[in-house]
Amino acid sequence: MTPNPALRTPSTDESIPVRPGQWKKPSAACGSPLRTPRNAAVPKVRLSDISLNYKTNDGSRLLALDKINLQVKAGEFLCIVGPSGCGKSTLLHLVAGFHTPSSGNLMVDDKPVAGPGTDRILIFQELGLFPWLTVGQNVEFGMKMKAIPKAERKERIQQYLRLVHLSKFKDSYVHQLSGGMRQRVALARALATEPDVLLMDEPFAALDAQTRDLLHDELERIWEETGSTIIFVTHNVREAVRLGDRVALMTFRPGRVRKEYSIDLPRPRHLEDVSVAKCAREILDDLREEINKSLEEEYGQATR
Amino acid sequence: MAKRLAKQVVFYGALIAIWVILAELKIWPPYVFPTPLGVMESMKAGFADHSFWIAMAVSMKRMLLGYGLAVILGMILGLGVGSSKFLEDTLGSLLVSLQSLPSICWLPLAVLWFGLTEKAILFVVVMGSLLSVTIAMEDGRRQMPKIYSMAGRNLGATKFRLFWHVLLPASLPYILTGLKQGWAFAWRSLISGEMIFVSLGLGQLLMMGRDLNDMNQVIAVMILIVAIGSVVDGLVFATIERRLQHKWGLVTAT
Repeated sequence: MTPNPALRTPSTDESIPVRPGQWKKPSAACGSPLRTPRNAAVPKVRLSDISLNYKTNDGSRLLALDKINLQVKAGEFLCIVGPSGCGKSTLLHLVAGFHTPSSGNLMVDDKPVAGPGTDRILIFQELGLFPWLTVGQNVEFGMKMKAIPKAERKERIQQYLRLVHLSKFKDSYVHQLSGGMRQRVALARALATEPDVLLMDEPFAALDAQTRDLLHDELERIWEETGSTIIFVTHNVREAVRLGDRVALMTFRPGRVRKEYSIDLPRPRHLEDVSVAKCAREILDDLREEINKSLEEEYGQATR
Repeated sequence: MAKRLAKQVVFYGALIAIWVILAELKIWPPYVFPTPLGVMESMKAGFADHSFWIAMAVSMKRMLLGYGLAVILGMILGLGVGSSKFLEDTLGSLLVSLQSLPSICWLPLAVLWFGLTEKAILFVVVMGSLLSVTIAMEDGRRQMPKIYSMAGRNLGATKFRLFWHVLLPASLPYILTGLKQGWAFAWRSLISGEMIFVSLGLGQLLMMGRDLNDMNQVIAVMILIVAIGSVVDGLVFATIERRLQHKWGLVTAT
């Protein structure tokens, strides 16, 4: 039950332990020791030996997650990358409380998680903004559920819409906004409940490059202003390096954490930075192996 | 739009022309096959002596009461059936099979329970539309994208508030069709129910025409019933639908 402390705590020594018997020599680009975390004492989120299997349509059981061990410190920005089908979204949904692990422990602030809670807000890939509400009402929703007094809600709507630069669109409906603006509404809606942990599931995958760049900058700024803990899932390694304090690489089915990389590059970063590219390159080499594995499985099955 | 209107004008013009010609040929006596003029006069007379107005008012009042009751009960039932697999398999299947029962079949039961009273008619109206409203609620919840319910729970909505603030509005576009159908069923049940005894409604007016051998009045009331039905459908429901689609951005689909 107790996680092996040597296994997961990002170490300050030369190497980053990954799995027993598998040690990674950190590269100069991104392997240097982590900067001092904001609150090093207790991990905000701790996954110990989390496994998840579920029944597929043909009745067999599929192991989606296999003994995941991960710790996220308060105020940390963790990115999870992996080939599609590695269960990274599932992992995020699990932390949000939508799945129960088949085995293992999921703790937030040293308390076990039972179901969804407003301390962890998930921004879905499809956003799930409410089309029958205005932008302002969408942002208000979580606060209303928390029974925050109306006056304070009003204030916070203003505050968070200002934070994502959407003050002018308070009374618009979601369908009247562009893709990037919708992303920001989702971000404001999540932030307005003032969650401890923000979970983001490939939020920028469907956006054009310019909008995505812009939102990277904004997310970084907002993260620094609010000090929230973020777990960010993406298939885009560069994006992960651009944003994360740490990047965890997951394996193709069953999903395991293959390696963790601490990204010790100065902020603000840019997607085009050479250091970001170099670092991404290194992770990508590892990721490619996993992608090949997934392709092999897919095509192997197709030709059989 | 204008083209569609023109088509309709031509169609209805032709229909009335055929009617006039058939009536002028005098193949059947006027008490079997009335002339358009006679029907129009009967319509005028009905409005002039207020009997049509009163009948419309009485019928509409019953409609609003009965349909309103059916919607509220249907919501509760739909919520109950939708909330548990057990209820869905048991009560849900009963509701679906009961829907094959024409609503007028409830009338004998209603008369025995409530006598020849207002309550009996209301009962028939409620039974006529309750099932389709319930099934619509259930269907709506099934068709509604799951993401809304997940997002709602994620943001801290539970139980009743999840239903009221998320599930209900999210499934509204899907249940609207069912609500519309429920209204149509309620309207039919109401008219049938009113035909049974002196009830002052449109249905009774229809029966009165029969009793007096006044074919003009029968046709006039029938036209009135159709007109009210399509006005509610075309104005009330179409407006709600349009506004909903506009708000949701379903018109300018993304």
